[in-house]
Amino acid sequence: MTFRSISTLAFGAAVGLLPLATQAAEFSVVQNSQSTIAFAYKQMGVGMDGHFKKFMAQLAFDPAKPANARVSLDVDVASIDTGFAEGDSEVAGKAWFDAKTYPKATFSASSVKALGGNRYEVTGPLTIKGRTQTVTAPTNVTVQGNTAAFDGAFTIKRADFAIGEGQWADFGTVANEIQVKFHIVAGAK
Amino acid sequence: MTKYSTTAIVLHWLMAAGLAGLFVFGLYMTDLPFSPQKLQFYSWHKWAGVILFMLAVGRILWRLTRTPPPLPGTMSRRMQAIAHAGHGLLYLLMLAVPFSGWLMSSAKGTQTVLFGILPLPDLLARNKELGDLLASLHWSLNVALAAVVAGHAAAALKHHFVDKDDVLTRMLPGRHAR
Repeated sequence: MTFRSISTLAFGAAVGLLPLATQAAEFSVVQNSQSTIAFAYKQMGVGMDGHFKKFMAQLAFDPAKPANARVSLDVDVASIDTGFAEGDSEVAGKAWFDAKTYPKATFSASSVKALGGNRYEVTGPLTIKGRTQTVTAPTNVTVQGNTAAFDGAFTIKRADFAIGEGQWADFGTVANEIQVKFHIVAGAK
Repeated sequence: MTKYSTTAIVLHWLMAAGLAGLFVFGLYMTDLPFSPQKLQFYSWHKWAGVILFMLAVGRILWRLTRTPPPLPGTMSRRMQAIAHAGHGLLYLLMLAVPFSGWLMSSAKGTQTVLFGILPLPDLLARNKELGDLLASLHWSLNVALAAVVAGHAAAALKHHFVDKDDVLTRMLPGRHAR
C-alpha cells in the first residue's frame, strides 16, 4: 500500500465515522432562551398568533436511540402573550385557562417514533385545565454540532380542554382549532 | 340652478351616512367590555372601513374626472378658496382615516380580512408601540374629520339660511326648485 492509498483510506474512514460521532450524543441540556412555545388560531377569519413566555422543558434525546427519548413540558399558562394586554388578562381568567386553579399545562411523551431522516413522531398526554388528551406531534430534529433543535406542531381543539367557556364557547369568533408550535433547542452534555 | 349629478349626490350622502355611522360605532365598540361581541364589532368596523375607503377612492376618481357646479359668484375669492381647501381636506381625511385604521391593524398584529375571507396585505410588521401610536393617530384623524365635517355642514346651512343661495339644495336628492 502506498502512503497515498493509506491516507485516502484513513480520510474515508474519518468522514464515514463523522456522522456517527456527532449522533452518538444525547441532547439533554435545554436552552430556554432559544426555545419557544407558540400558538396560532383564527379569530373572525383572521390568523392570530401568540406565545408563552414561561415554560420548563426537559428532554433527553439520542438520535441513535429515539425510542428511549424522554420529553416533558410544563407551561406556565399565565405567562401567555397574545399581543394584547386585554387579551392576556382575559385568557388567564376562569373562562379560558383558569390560571389560578390550573397554573400549568403539561405534556410528557409516552412514545417517540423515528419516521426516517430527521423526522420523528412524538405522542403523549397533554393536560390543560385539568383535562387530558393524547396528542401526536410530527417533529423535525436538526442537529448542528453540539446542539439539536426540535421543531414541531400539532393542532388541538380548545373545546376538548374547556378553553373558552360560556360566551366564548361558540366558535364564531374564536375558532376551535388551535395550532401549537414548538421550537426546543437542547445541547449535548 | 345647476344641480350636482345624481351620482355625485348619491356618493355624497352614502359617504355622509357611512362616516357618521362608522364614527359612532367606533366610539361605541371601544368602550365595550372584552367579549366575543366586541371582537366581532371590531371586525365589522374594519370591513365597513375598507368599504368606505374604496368608496372614497371611487368618489375621488369620479370627482377628478368631472367639473362640479361652480360656487356662487356672490362668494368672495377668499371664501371660494377656503371652500375648496375645506373640500380638499374632506377628501384627504376620507382616505386618511380608514388608511390609518388599516395601518393600525397591521401594527397590532390583527390583519384586516374583509368579511373574514379576503385578507388585505399587512402594510407594517407587528410592533406594539407603533400600534399604540397609530391608534392615537386614527383617533386624532377622526376628531379632525368630525371637525371638518361639522364646519362643512355649518357652511352649507349658512349658505341656505343666511346667503339664501342654492349651495345646499343642489346637493339634496330629488327636485328642490326654489
